[in-house]
Amino acid sequence: MHTNPNRRHVLAQGAALMGATASGLLLPQHVLAQSGKIRVGFMLPYTGTFAQLGVAIENGVRMAINEQGGKLGGREIEWFKVDDESEPSKAIENANKLVQRDKVDVLIGTVHSGVQMGIHRVARESGVLSLIPNAGVHMATRAQCAPNVFRASFTNSQPTMALGEAMVKRGHKKAVWITWKYAAGDEAYEGFKESYTKAGGTIVKELGLPFPNVEFQALLTEIAALKPDAVACFFAGGGAAKFMKDYAAAGLKDKIPLYGSGFLTEGTIEAAGPAAEGVLSTLHYGDGIDTKRNNEFRLNYAKTFKMQPDVYAVQGYDTGLLLIQGANAVKGDLSKKADLYKAMEGATIDSPRGKWTMSKAHNPVQDIYLRQVVGKENKVIGVAAKALADSGAGCRL
Amino acid sequence: MSAPQIHIEALPRSVQLVLLLGLLALAAFPFVGSDFYMSMVNRMMILAIFAMSLDLLQGVTGLVSLGHAAYFGIAGYALAFITPANEPISLYASLPMAVGASALAALIIGFLVVRTHGIYFIMVTMAFAQMVFYLFFDNKALGGSDGLFLNFRPDAVLIDLENKRVFYFFTLGCLVAVYFFLRRVLWSPFGRSLAGIRVNEHRMRALGFGTFRHKLAAFTLAGALAGLAGFLWAAQTGFVNPELMGFHLSAHAIMMVILGGMGNFAGAIIGAFSFEYLLHLFKDLPAIGNFNTGKHWQMWMGLFIVALVIFAPKGILGLLTRAFAKKEASDD
Amino acid sequence: MDFVNFLIQLLNSVQYGLLLFMLAAGLTLIFGIMGVVNLAHGSFYMLGAYLAWSLAGMLGSFTLAILVGTALSVAFGLLLEKVLFRHFYHRDHLDQVLLTFGLIYVFEELRSMLWGDDVHGLQVPEALSASIPLTDTLSYPVYRLFMSGICLLLALGLYLLISRTRLGMKIRAGAFNHEMTEALGVNIKLIHAVVFALGVGLASIAGMIAAPVSSVYPNMGGQVLIMCFVVVVIGGIGSVRGALISALLVGLVDTFGKVLLPQVSGMLVYVLMAAVLLYKPEGLFKQ
Repeated sequence: MHTNPNRRHVLAQGAALMGATASGLLLPQHVLAQSGKIRVGFMLPYTGTFAQLGVAIENGVRMAINEQGGKLGGREIEWFKVDDESEPSKAIENANKLVQRDKVDVLIGTVHSGVQMGIHRVARESGVLSLIPNAGVHMATRAQCAPNVFRASFTNSQPTMALGEAMVKRGHKKAVWITWKYAAGDEAYEGFKESYTKAGGTIVKELGLPFPNVEFQALLTEIAALKPDAVACFFAGGGAAKFMKDYAAAGLKDKIPLYGSGFLTEGTIEAAGPAAEGVLSTLHYGDGIDTKRNNEFRLNYAKTFKMQPDVYAVQGYDTGLLLIQGANAVKGDLSKKADLYKAMEGATIDSPRGKWTMSKAHNPVQDIYLRQVVGKENKVIGVAAKALADSGAGCRL
Repeated sequence: MSAPQIHIEALPRSVQLVLLLGLLALAAFPFVGSDFYMSMVNRMMILAIFAMSLDLLQGVTGLVSLGHAAYFGIAGYALAFITPANEPISLYASLPMAVGASALAALIIGFLVVRTHGIYFIMVTMAFAQMVFYLFFDNKALGGSDGLFLNFRPDAVLIDLENKRVFYFFTLGCLVAVYFFLRRVLWSPFGRSLAGIRVNEHRMRALGFGTFRHKLAAFTLAGALAGLAGFLWAAQTGFVNPELMGFHLSAHAIMMVILGGMGNFAGAIIGAFSFEYLLHLFKDLPAIGNFNTGKHWQMWMGLFIVALVIFAPKGILGLLTRAFAKKEASDD
Repeated sequence: MDFVNFLIQLLNSVQYGLLLFMLAAGLTLIFGIMGVVNLAHGSFYMLGAYLAWSLAGMLGSFTLAILVGTALSVAFGLLLEKVLFRHFYHRDHLDQVLLTFGLIYVFEELRSMLWGDDVHGLQVPEALSASIPLTDTLSYPVYRLFMSGICLLLALGLYLLISRTRLGMKIRAGAFNHEMTEALGVNIKLIHAVVFALGVGLASIAGMIAAPVSSVYPNMGGQVLIMCFVVVVIGGIGSVRGALISALLVGLVDTFGKVLLPQVSGMLVYVLMAAVLLYKPEGLFKQ
């Protein structure tokens, strides 16, 4: 068959190929020099439906750090990024890219609660400092809380915990709840159910559709048949815009008032158009918060990034502020974990949303605002709940 | 429609040597590579098993299934369901159960699906996989869209699978075992009749072969082996979600098999490693000036797939054998 | 449920079904006549939606946007056919599946580079923005009736084209016996181009008219693609009539399923498909 030179040739080529491949895999993507820089890793959605949010969060973090000189505790920063594609099945793998491969000191992420569960696993196993700029999944600051995990955003039930009373106060005592059937939707419902029934309201029916399905027609018809005083919901992103539009097109808007967890109207007002007008929601932020801090923040953000900030940008910004406070307290030496955590636990964040502090379970204790869509923005019409803390049930911190 | 392809079945010496070298490299890797890359290679090996199972169906029997991931996912979920929250489950109980679940699902679905041909077969397999996907996706009781976590790897008693390196070699062992098993099957009377069905089913029927039974057996066996891969995946990553049964994973499997070269299982292994490595490469491309190259990895992947279909439909092995054949011819 | 609700759900089913038909018709024609399975068909739907959004913004008129958008999509379809698809009519289905799967990725990225990743809304044109009150709480949007109307009109047009014109006759002949038709002097290449462009056009128009209702977002083609395949398989590959009946059937099962059996609603359509295939392995209306 083949003569000897061929075999040797193949062996040599094969070995070369193997060697090249192996070393290609072995050689770290980013040279791990002893640079003395703090490694900060972003694990955010840079593609897919939540891409806008990922960008806003990163913008916020960077802005906070740049405002304070671009360093953390006096040390320079090396940035790393991984696109989590909002894909829970790749979450652990992606988180490990930052933690095991790039050896980051801080992991900032993410948006999607399902992906967060994966990050959380890796954070607990590896002990890396994990800062959550959005995902509201309860367990991260409840049953599975950890000393190295801090959240700068909210828990899924915080906004809706403030919604119940607001609705009953305005005379809407019989409501239908509708959302997507996944962790975020279920947890939002938890907060609504508790606050609404406590305030004296009755939930006529709980409707749900699989995430991220947006064919609402069938369920809207059911809502009309049930004739509640109001409808409360949790939707976010494109689906939220569509829901508001379908709600209006079905003629329900003027007959049955629509309330929602604030994400209903975050970043979706342009897409929903006039259908969003007048929709009430509760959230820990509102574009129209008329304080010096917020106005300054909004101006600077718009100047730097040529777009308007939203709650995601604010959360990113606050994450940056939190990290800065921690890093300053340990003068940039993030290995001093006990001091680092203590500083972050005791931090007061002077945020555009208002000042907030950390709960024992490492979640923000914050004011929740009642907002109404007027024109193109969420106008803050009141405070629905002051200094609201998540229960932190099951956390042993 | 074109004539069914004549696949490379007998592997030339050169390819066998490359495979051997590959095996040695894989065995040596845990001692030279970092934890992160060892996990990555481990995942690649699991996907190689998955690709081989599809190769039995697609490369050997000629049945193109766009829904093979269903059986991958079912075994993973089976393990997730039977692993208790507070302690591991025995490997010797869970492995047969999980693989059995996948095999059963493949048998049932196969019975309904194998009677169709050509494009219908492709679409119907996809549709059934979607059905399984939605079964898990829509029901919180089965984990819903958020999926399920596994707190422990199976307990093998004699070896500690929680140890990453041990698990790696366990996977490698499975990979080698499946490969040799399938090569055996390929050259067995059963395997020969499957190849005959691919080339010309009518002729096989005329010769008296019960083609339905053979195809169903192939479908079930392929499903069972996909289940083995799914079991390993769930054990390694500790997480299952409906995407493991999804359309994208099924399509990726098809691509791996084609990329390597169909019908001989070695191609499936080569294809799985190459495909995953390419994905890794594309996602981590450094930015060129202002252009965020890595972010647009889907574009590079898509273009690569298109180029593959146009220029190298027989995959890497096809290219290699063509290159060696030319060399042979020019040597003479 | 009472009668009014039933009626409304029926209207919902028909509207969804008709939209699916627009997509399925193109897919089934392309497959029936050229034997090409096109996984990227959903991308044309997305293309239509994004074109409608950006053109409506640029030109200020929804009607104009649809006309220009259709022209652009058809041109794009013709180009794609000439450069790529034409060379795959004789290839294995496997190769086609692979090629078009790769194309899905490429189109998603092109969309990302051209129009970005944000979610956008498109306003329903003023003239069609009213709602017809059906009960004291529920109204039915006129725009959705408009959507159904357009789909029906196009369905009728398609029927007339295929069964009553010379072009249609040639198309049918080409599907029946390719080589013979060519031997008889018919320019089969032109027929193929026309059919492909027609498929792309239908999918794109579906996306355009659906845009005000569904919003415009990344990967919007993916979800609708799989439904489309199910419709084609149930109806019978190559049969436009089958696609219509099957689309309406799927619309009914999906809509009523969501309301009556929400736990299994996602699966129902596939169960339907399995049932049909058990009874008729090549779909309801074999070509």
